[in-house]
Amino acid sequence: MTSSTMDEHFVRFVGVQKSFGAVKVVHDLNLDIKRGEFITLLGPSGSGKTTCLLMLAGFETLSQGDILVDGHSVGYVPAQKRNIGMVFQSYALFPHMTVAENIAFPLTCRKMRSAEIEAQVKRALGMIKLENFASRLPGQLSGGQQQRVALARALVFQPSLVLMDEPLGALDKQLREEMQYEIMSIQQQLGVTVVYVTHDQSEALTMSDRIAVFNAGVIQQLAPPREIYEAPANAFVARFIGENNRLVGKVSERNGSSCAVTLADGARLRARPVNIGGVGAPSTLSVRPERVVLGAAAATRANRFEALVQNVVFHGDHVRVAMQVAGQDGFVAKLSNVVGVEVPVAGSSVAVGWDEDDCHALDVESQALRH
Amino acid sequence: MLSTSRAKPCAIERAEEVVSGLALPQALRAPISRYGLLLPCLLFMLGLFVWPILSLLTGGVHSPEVSQALPQTSRAVLAWNGQGLPDDAAFEALIADLRAADRRAVAEAGRRLNYEIAGYRALILKTAARAASTQGKAGLIAIDPKWSENSYWLGLRRAASPITPRYLLAALDLEVRPDGSIGAAPQESAIFLGVLGRTLWISLVVTVSCLLLAFPVAYHIASSSPRWRNLLLLLVLLPFWTSLLVRTSAWVVLLQDNGMINTALLRAGLIETPLRLIFNRTGVYISFIHVMLPLMVLPLYSVMSSISKEYLRAAFSLGASGPRAFFKVYLPLVWPGIWSGTLLTFVVCSGYYVTPLLVGGNTDQMMSYFIAFYTKQTVNWGLAAALAIVLSFAILLVTGLYALVGRRQTIVVKG
Repeated sequence: MTSSTMDEHFVRFVGVQKSFGAVKVVHDLNLDIKRGEFITLLGPSGSGKTTCLLMLAGFETLSQGDILVDGHSVGYVPAQKRNIGMVFQSYALFPHMTVAENIAFPLTCRKMRSAEIEAQVKRALGMIKLENFASRLPGQLSGGQQQRVALARALVFQPSLVLMDEPLGALDKQLREEMQYEIMSIQQQLGVTVVYVTHDQSEALTMSDRIAVFNAGVIQQLAPPREIYEAPANAFVARFIGENNRLVGKVSERNGSSCAVTLADGARLRARPVNIGGVGAPSTLSVRPERVVLGAAAATRANRFEALVQNVVFHGDHVRVAMQVAGQDGFVAKLSNVVGVEVPVAGSSVAVGWDEDDCHALDVESQALRH
Repeated sequence: MLSTSRAKPCAIERAEEVVSGLALPQALRAPISRYGLLLPCLLFMLGLFVWPILSLLTGGVHSPEVSQALPQTSRAVLAWNGQGLPDDAAFEALIADLRAADRRAVAEAGRRLNYEIAGYRALILKTAARAASTQGKAGLIAIDPKWSENSYWLGLRRAASPITPRYLLAALDLEVRPDGSIGAAPQESAIFLGVLGRTLWISLVVTVSCLLLAFPVAYHIASSSPRWRNLLLLLVLLPFWTSLLVRTSAWVVLLQDNGMINTALLRAGLIETPLRLIFNRTGVYISFIHVMLPLMVLPLYSVMSSISKEYLRAAFSLGASGPRAFFKVYLPLVWPGIWSGTLLTFVVCSGYYVTPLLVGGNTDQMMSYFIAFYTKQTVNWGLAAALAIVLSFAILLVTGLYALVGRRQTIVVKG
């Protein structure tokens, strides 16, 4: 392989399967990760994302398949020989060691000279802006500080690959957002490849170059955040990422880039076919609430309804209007609170509409897969 | 929102009223009721544990037999300078005391005096019997010429003080020489330091063995699935719940010359003659370790089960080898469990009585055997109490030092 294709396939999951007894948690997983990429494994708990991470780290064996890092199989390489940095959900900072000792730990494991260790630790502390905390014990730090120390410890030995297992799960919302940007900037600074596991979709959307959406041990979609959000590949991804309105009907017409779906009450909607069968097959239509327009603007849209406003909730920067559309309750429109916005009143009737491109015709999720 | 924010100041005002009006009685009531609930247990412990033990231990230095039976004589000989014979008043006092004292008190004093000089008991009883019909110094010497010897009066003087160091000295293999100096006890009675050393050594061997055996067991239980965990814990606790006598007797059955282990080894042709597995140190170690194991497994388990496996994973992912991860990360985290487990095992072990008694030989008996021996066989409560004091202090010293070292470590671990 040339170096450029090596970079394209820095980490490769090849036909990876994992079973615990009779339970298969990862089905035939194939995933290529580029060098320097920030990739997020996103999914509900039990979807197999953490198992994949643990297999990559070397804490779980593979039932089948292989994992390659930089062109070499790591399937039988013990965790301590993989040279992969890892940040744990609980941080796993050694409570009996000071911050400096924690950060020095991977360096002493590598038998580095003490002068060099000192210099590296100092640099790492500078990177996380905790220079004055070197001699503190982890128990004396706040959650965010512990998180940063864990990050420094996983990066200080300059691994080319860093794994993060829900590293921000224990932090409060504000700190979590702050840390998201900090992790992103450090990642870009060092150019390391990051495999990040989370169940928090907004975290995934904010931080990732690409997101792999997991469900039931299978990658449902692998794409950049924008594509995941704007063009979900199936009903699960649409439901799991962001908010969406769902209308169930049957495909009544289909031609290349356009299709029509007829709802139970006979209403016919134009939609973009994404993941549907032929004419007559059931389909879920997914519409993002922020793509729904109300009032006069609705007149020009491909799909139009007269809706009954059920309630209106003010959220500061936006207003949520819940309506009954095509006989279905709880259809939501999100109106940006911009100058001149017309907010309907509960109990009134309002015209509602959305474009064909904003209406994705997807499969119907079987109940068994829904959590 | 509005209603709650209005309600708040109201609540605060009310709370302030309550505080200003009732603060003192309320502040007092809480501790009284709290300690009131503790009182029954506290009284029970004081009355049936602390007080008996303290009064027993004071027996190690408190010896009032002579001063109670012969109060005037005691005062007289304590005032005497110890040269030659005491003055006539002391002789008169002895006769008066012996006339006044009841027979039991005289017998107790005699027994006590016999520790000073062999044969003193007979002398006192004989003198007491004839005290009624005798007069003065000459009369006493006529009853027995020993009353004209300086050593007997010195012996009386040593026993006359209600506080005596002799039991404690004896427990440390020391004695008071007739000239009042302290020196080593004669070889045939100087056994207690050896017994103390043996007690501490056996406890140490058992503690270390238990730690080595229990550590993998506790680790295995802590890392098992919850279902297995309960079963394994049950297996550890089962012997713990079984009567100590039953367990120790079972070892006798297993380990004796024609017991199951020797029979099996003989049949298998592995040995020619039966191994001596019991009534010697081997037997003591085997059954002691078995008895103590749960005390080590449980604290280790409880600490290990609270250690997230992410610590070890973190160590490995950072490049630590197995030994490094174990010694630098896991062991320090388990340290509180090791500390409390070893402390518990050592302390319980060094006070043990039944196990060495049943499976040990003559040279394997520990301090508690001798304490029991002196209380039950020879009724020398003073020496028994002194031995108990020495044992308690030795254990306190050893564990105190250990605790100092261990606590510092534990604080560091807890951060």
